[in-house]
Amino acid sequence: MPDLSTVVLADLVPLELIVFIFFTLCTLLGGAGVVFSRTLFHSALSLILSLFGVAGYYALLSAGFLAVVQLMVYVGAIAILILFAIMFSRSNNQPEKGQANHQWWISLPVTAVLFLILMFVIGSVEWPVSDVAPPDDMVEQLGMAFLGSYLIPFQVIGVLLSVALIGGVILARDRVDTEEM
Amino acid sequence: MQGIVDFIVSLNIPLVDEGIARLISHVIFASIIAVAAPASLVILTWLERKIIARIQNRIGPNRAGPFGLLQGFADMVKMFTKEDITPAAADRVPYNIAPGLSVISSIMAFAVIPFAPGFIGAELNVGVLYIIAIGGLGVLAILMGGWASNNKYALLGAFRVVAMLVTYEIPMIIALVIVTMVTGSMSLQDIVAAQSGLNWYAFSMPLVFLIFFIAGVAETGRSPFDLIEAESEIIAGFHTEYSGIKFGMFMIGEYVHMFALAFFTAVLFLGGWQIPFVTSEGYLPVWLEAILGFIALNVKMGLFVFIMMWFRGTLPRFRIDHLLDFCWKFLVPVSIVLMIAVAIVVKLFNPVGLATPGLLLVIGEFFALLIVNVGVGGAALFFVSRAARQGRNKTLRSVTAVDAPAPASK
Repeated sequence: MPDLSTVVLADLVPLELIVFIFFTLCTLLGGAGVVFSRTLFHSALSLILSLFGVAGYYALLSAGFLAVVQLMVYVGAIAILILFAIMFSRSNNQPEKGQANHQWWISLPVTAVLFLILMFVIGSVEWPVSDVAPPDDMVEQLGMAFLGSYLIPFQVIGVLLSVALIGGVILARDRVDTEEM
Repeated sequence: MQGIVDFIVSLNIPLVDEGIARLISHVIFASIIAVAAPASLVILTWLERKIIARIQNRIGPNRAGPFGLLQGFADMVKMFTKEDITPAAADRVPYNIAPGLSVISSIMAFAVIPFAPGFIGAELNVGVLYIIAIGGLGVLAILMGGWASNNKYALLGAFRVVAMLVTYEIPMIIALVIVTMVTGSMSLQDIVAAQSGLNWYAFSMPLVFLIFFIAGVAETGRSPFDLIEAESEIIAGFHTEYSGIKFGMFMIGEYVHMFALAFFTAVLFLGGWQIPFVTSEGYLPVWLEAILGFIALNVKMGLFVFIMMWFRGTLPRFRIDHLLDFCWKFLVPVSIVLMIAVAIVVKLFNPVGLATPGLLLVIGEFFALLIVNVGVGGAALFFVSRAARQGRNKTLRSVTAVDAPAPASK
């Protein structure tokens, strides 16, 4: 009779695998929804679901900061921007005719071959796994890296974002005649 | 939390180890919050109607139960029994998900609030960022609701509301960044622990406190920023086509968001569960500190809930262009300047290589932050009043000029 008093649930059921499967379903179903939805709005919502799945992956990989930043930037800003663009450009949600691809007879074999190649390559690599635990002060180290060894890319990103912001404001400005008022 | 986990482990249920015990304790805690937060709505609606009634010199609900205390239950029963009309051309899935998403995003905010020393739902070390990410979800719910109603007024209302929410996120995030800089950590537990004694951030950084509270009130959509419920302006905004319990859920989402904002302001600026010379001194037993701290947090939260209801009863609604001007032209520049000034102060008073600063440095930092806040606030008010006076003088001159030449034609 095996000793049942020291068996724990984590030995019987791989909990991490279950969480991983859940996030994988979110990502893949979201991706499928983006492609197969009949309305553009539904595609955007499926994209948001997919981005949630990716944020879950980051959390599983112990990159909690990156998971929250992914939610903040992608779901909180970029997805809303996409939704605004869609809502301004569509009259109302008539279901558009399905996104039929009339060249599926050549794209399907090409995609299948590419998928097989990728599977083969990914499966045949010995992915090294590190035993080092993620550091406690990860956010602090990230900040030091931004201002230390990666200072120039950080500043370039800042300039890029400022240019985009200012450009957006200038493009959307009203052309007010200065002789009025 | 650790006490609950140890208790479950000591019960020696088969298959349960520390990890599963932690999961069970989280589930229990989450269920308590998920039930208590919407249930607080019952008390909050009664409280709001009574307070606004007293401000308006009338009595308020006093028919349903003693002092009208059962008014909240009556409202809930009414919401549940109203006819649930779905517009025929509405987009089914987003239409039905939007109210639920609004409530979900408001309740998720309670996961990172430290209710007592050692009692927190999820000990995230990026708690402040989590708050901001959750705000984004609420915005999404409003967009979905406005679009899926298939109603142009609802869509316009949703656009206005989302524009306001996205704009007021900026000063709120900058205020949170300032608090993070002064504390040195994004975890809400650390922020509360750093406000021991009289070192509450509301005393040392009053301008940051004001900016966060104003931006937070705008984020929840309460008066005077209540474009959402502007019945006289845009029918009912993005929840025009919602009736019955779905509308009730939007209301639940708004009230729970107000509740969460009150908790956050209390935690971030008023010291959370800290009582000045009672907690963190080490002479009280742990359980007594936890209970006293919880009560103190609730008192502070109640103060902010009362202040928000006071706003609703007294202040008139802002116009949308005034609102956006106020944010972009006043709050954002002031908060950016404040961030730079506070960064300088923090670096001056926390020299690198000093593990725990001495008492002189701590007190010096407190007063330096206070001076910086008051200084920036005074400078901002000076500039704004000067600009307003120049605008008024210009209008005055152009109106009262006797022999002004005719303006040059285009």
